[in-house]
Amino acid sequence: MSKRIEVEDLDVYYGSFLAVEGVSLDIASRTVTALIGPSGCGKSTFLRTLNRMHEVTPGGRVSGSVLIDSEDIYGSKVDPVLVRRQVGMVFQRPNPFPTMSIRDNVLAGVKLTGGRMSRSESDELVESSLTGANLWNEVKDRLDKPGSGLSGGQQQRLCIARAIAVKPDVILMDEPCSALDPISTLAIEDLIEELKNDYTIVIVTHNMQQASRVSDRTAFFNIAGTGKPGKLIEYDDTTTIFSKPSVQATEDYVSGKFG
Amino acid sequence: MSSVVRGARIVHTVSGRRKFVDRFARVLVWLAFAVAIVPLAWVLYTVVARGFEALLLPTWFTNSLQGILPKEFAGGVGHAIYGSIIQALIASVISVPLGIMVAIYLVEYGRGALARATTFMVDILSGIPSIVAALFVFALWITTLGFDRSAFAVSIALVLLMVPVIVRSTEEMLKLVPMDLREASYALGVNKMRTILRIVLPTSLSGIVSGVLLAVARVMGETAPVLVLVGYSRSMNYNVFEGNMASLPLLIYTEFTNPYPAGQLRIWGASLTLILLIALLNIFARVIAWAIERRRA
Repeated sequence: MSKRIEVEDLDVYYGSFLAVEGVSLDIASRTVTALIGPSGCGKSTFLRTLNRMHEVTPGGRVSGSVLIDSEDIYGSKVDPVLVRRQVGMVFQRPNPFPTMSIRDNVLAGVKLTGGRMSRSESDELVESSLTGANLWNEVKDRLDKPGSGLSGGQQQRLCIARAIAVKPDVILMDEPCSALDPISTLAIEDLIEELKNDYTIVIVTHNMQQASRVSDRTAFFNIAGTGKPGKLIEYDDTTTIFSKPSVQATEDYVSGKFG
Repeated sequence: MSSVVRGARIVHTVSGRRKFVDRFARVLVWLAFAVAIVPLAWVLYTVVARGFEALLLPTWFTNSLQGILPKEFAGGVGHAIYGSIIQALIASVISVPLGIMVAIYLVEYGRGALARATTFMVDILSGIPSIVAALFVFALWITTLGFDRSAFAVSIALVLLMVPVIVRSTEEMLKLVPMDLREASYALGVNKMRTILRIVLPTSLSGIVSGVLLAVARVMGETAPVLVLVGYSRSMNYNVFEGNMASLPLLIYTEFTNPYPAGQLRIWGASLTLILLIALLNIFARVIAWAIERRRA
């Protein structure tokens, strides 16, 4: 289920604006990789290139390559829609579909991509996905109620259940806890720890404690100034990044001197 | 101690001035409200007071005026109600899909010159007086293409008037759907078309439906197209492609030249009927929107 990711000399553009420059990094399968850095440094932009979500923004494009298990997702014959079925995403603000029940939210990915399944198969998928997102016990008696009636933390776990229901290889998380209270945040962090057994996870976070708690490897991004492209400054084991980073800027950032 | 007193005095003077401004603004707002509501209430009162008697006629909603003399108060306006409804219905069948698809193009796909040109044309079209739309259809459909005047020609003119209204209201509703939801759908590997059909449209459905019904209600009272594009008939005509067909505005206009009291009564009765019809559509729009919202709560 999980796959490794190799990024080779990636530049990201919006129109003629170079947003992120020259990123190369390898992400092993079944690991959690945290992307940290100050606001506007391009970490979210970079994350979105891993499932071609940046192309949703007009003018978004890249040069370089992103290999997922040696297959270039930017190959000329690759359909971005199919890439996104393998690389799921969880967003900053919980965004369950407001017109759908909890159950239909979980099944949305399968149903909307044309999958057909029997009632028992879909029941099973709903239960396994919600269990996988640590939400089953809280919602099993109200699966037909709308997802928007849940608390923020529950909604975010519903979004995670929705993402894992399509059985992706990789899950991208763009600051998944920044809109949540500390208890919900803890629930999501515990969940990330469990999801790691099955998926390759890349998470953007503003919270350095969170990065050090949940991730195996950490990538520090920085920006030289407004209008300049974001760059990958340092990429190493999380313990190394937070204890003895090799670049001064990384040390300044993780020790709270800026950002 | 003295500073406390001074402070209190400052607070006191400010609040006096603000009290005055508050009262003044309150009076102004009430006056504006009265100025706006009085003519409306007056019109409604007049129409109801003069027209309700006509609606008490048992045959009013069902019969036509076939075989009824101008001075005779009998028969009904069923033929005109049918005409108003069928002409608006045909116009809706054409304009609703067209308008919604244009709005989807503008919000979801439109970039650059073509989208700007489309928006500009929709703006222009929404400013066209209904008489001009009617004359355009007369020139195109009747003079150039050689068809006869008919209810269908009226419907074509109504399409011209409805499409920009539907495009505008649908556009606003689609823009209200958060980008987050589209991205959530794309991130599941759902393509753009299915995202629009299964996520964006259902999310904005209640707003789109009420916008459409309000557009229908608006064109139902349009008078210029029926004056230009179809002849008046005192009897029921079910055929929209051939012959004269009455509608409520056309009946009102025709009976206006009827010198007998029966004609006056029919005018007010038909006016009240038209207002009721449009009010019903408005209520229907709200009920539908409410039902859609409620189903998901």
